[in-house]
Amino acid sequence: MIESAPSATPQRVTRSRRSARWNAVAGAVAVAVLASLPYLVYANVTGVLVNLFILLSLATLWNLLAGYAGLISVGQQAYIGIGAYAVFVLADNGLSPFLAIPVAALVSGLVAVPASFLLLRLRREYFAIATWVVAEAVLLAVLRSDSLGGGTGATLRGLSDLDPALRQAYTYWAALAVAVATLLGTYLLLRSRVGLDLTAIRDNEIGARSVGVRVALAKGIVYFVAAAGAGAAGGVLIISQLFVQPTSVFSVQWSAYMIFVALIGGLGSIEGPIVGTVIFYMLQQTLADRGAWYLIILGSVAVLMAMWVPRGIWGLISDRFDLRLFPVGYFLHPARGAVKVKS
Amino acid sequence: MVWVNAIVQGILLGGLYALFACGLSLMFGVMRVVNLAHGDLAVLAAYLALAVITGLHVPVLWSALVVAPLFGVVGYAVQRFVIQRSLDVSPLTTLLVTFGLSIVIQNALLEGVSANSRSLPTGWLASASFQVNSQLSIAYESVIVFSVAVVVLSSLQLFLSRARLGRQVRAAADDLEAASIVGVNVRHVYGIAAAIAFATVALAGVAFGMYSSFDPAAGPQRLIFAFEAVVIGGVGSLWGTLLGGMILGVAQVLGAQVDSSFGVLAGHLVFLVLLALRPNGLIPARLA
Repeated sequence: MIESAPSATPQRVTRSRRSARWNAVAGAVAVAVLASLPYLVYANVTGVLVNLFILLSLATLWNLLAGYAGLISVGQQAYIGIGAYAVFVLADNGLSPFLAIPVAALVSGLVAVPASFLLLRLRREYFAIATWVVAEAVLLAVLRSDSLGGGTGATLRGLSDLDPALRQAYTYWAALAVAVATLLGTYLLLRSRVGLDLTAIRDNEIGARSVGVRVALAKGIVYFVAAAGAGAAGGVLIISQLFVQPTSVFSVQWSAYMIFVALIGGLGSIEGPIVGTVIFYMLQQTLADRGAWYLIILGSVAVLMAMWVPRGIWGLISDRFDLRLFPVGYFLHPARGAVKVKS
Repeated sequence: MVWVNAIVQGILLGGLYALFACGLSLMFGVMRVVNLAHGDLAVLAAYLALAVITGLHVPVLWSALVVAPLFGVVGYAVQRFVIQRSLDVSPLTTLLVTFGLSIVIQNALLEGVSANSRSLPTGWLASASFQVNSQLSIAYESVIVFSVAVVVLSSLQLFLSRARLGRQVRAAADDLEAASIVGVNVRHVYGIAAAIAFATVALAGVAFGMYSSFDPAAGPQRLIFAFEAVVIGGVGSLWGTLLGGMILGVAQVLGAQVDSSFGVLAGHLVFLVLLALRPNGLIPARLA
């Protein structure tokens, strides 16, 4: 390997290329178009999109945990619920629910810090079930709490004097903002040094540790970010439903959604969960009147994909067309005439 | 006396949890696979037992004799065709695949048998009990389930330590490559381990169906109880699993004694505390 040093074949290394820069422009246009939708379409369309953005945020964060940090969590619903209840409590105390979303994210993240001290020491399989137990314990604690409404759930206050159309538009923008922040945050995190650490951990954890990668810190940061993002998504969830029931917001079904979306779209790429979310929604809308069938089909497809196409649909697309919408790696440009050498 | 009663009931409940957990423990000890569909398989077994009971008009204990062997065969096939393939991709994939199976089983049951909760008809057994004194009575059912658990755990222990196939299972668990070098067909041995695990989970499912009602969504909680019993006791140690099950059972019954809604939460808290203090379990031993 060492023989082919850069001096032999001079190469230019960049983190982006022209097509990727155009992608950034296209992304900005897409966000602008999505942001203008409340002026253009009926509220039922934006209502569907709110749920889509919530799922997109959750799946992106789950992919950050599993696809990059190797942490299979089955308990992210704990932080969705904590975020939702944080917004409920803050709104009860007079804060605008929309302004409460970032606070809810912070609350979820802060709860995740002590939890991570326990969980991140555990081996892979233990981690998966222990996260689940933590989520169950939080659910049982909420069920016992009378001030949070116990088993009947909590109704969000502070939005009743807002015009319904305006409320729906605000909700939509909040959901869009959380989704964009999640995607952008994940992208920037993966391009930072933490991202490099994570790639090393993903490829070989012991090897990474031995060359000085701060494994515990990198995993801790990812766990914190994933919890905070799930909290924000939970905040949007309670605003869009105006009501939250503990057994549904803390349901393991959320983990099923995140995992299936990430598996079908493709683990280990930012684009994967986007593709997966779109497929999930198309399937759900098509089979809407067939009860639980969409989950059976989706689950079976996800299982088959995990076994036979581990990098998901986006893996197939990006291999076929050499396409990267969110370049987190490095591009090598073999230099013609070799003038510029940069290693 | 109330507390003595709670502890006795907790220990007996622990037998059920241990019966539940030994399949999980075996699969984790041998293949390093945590089967996240474990609880849903138990619920599926309970529904099959219900179908056998109503279809053939046999008592509940006989239905177990039909369901357990059937699950053994299914377990072998699932291991060879699904779990082995996932293991070949990566250890991480087994978690994702078994979680997917869990959701598929839950929703297929929801579509097939509706969300109504059911229970297995136990006839005269349901109300029969030993009356020790005015405050302590022990149900026959609990004693039967506890005895079945002890018998299953003992035979499993005996099989692993004495039988030729059992020794091959331990060899494959200890060192996969060395085992295949000396002629153990590792994939077949894995299949056998999964078959045993599935058969025991079927027994546990029937036992659980006698104890309490079940519905299609009841699986995950059972998986968690089983896993807690395994981890408290120590992975790979079957007697540790029995001890873990009893600790969990006692914690739940004592918790419920304090406040009826505190039982399950108390079990989770004991588990999390022990996980923080003793991450390798109380009896950290390999199989045998």
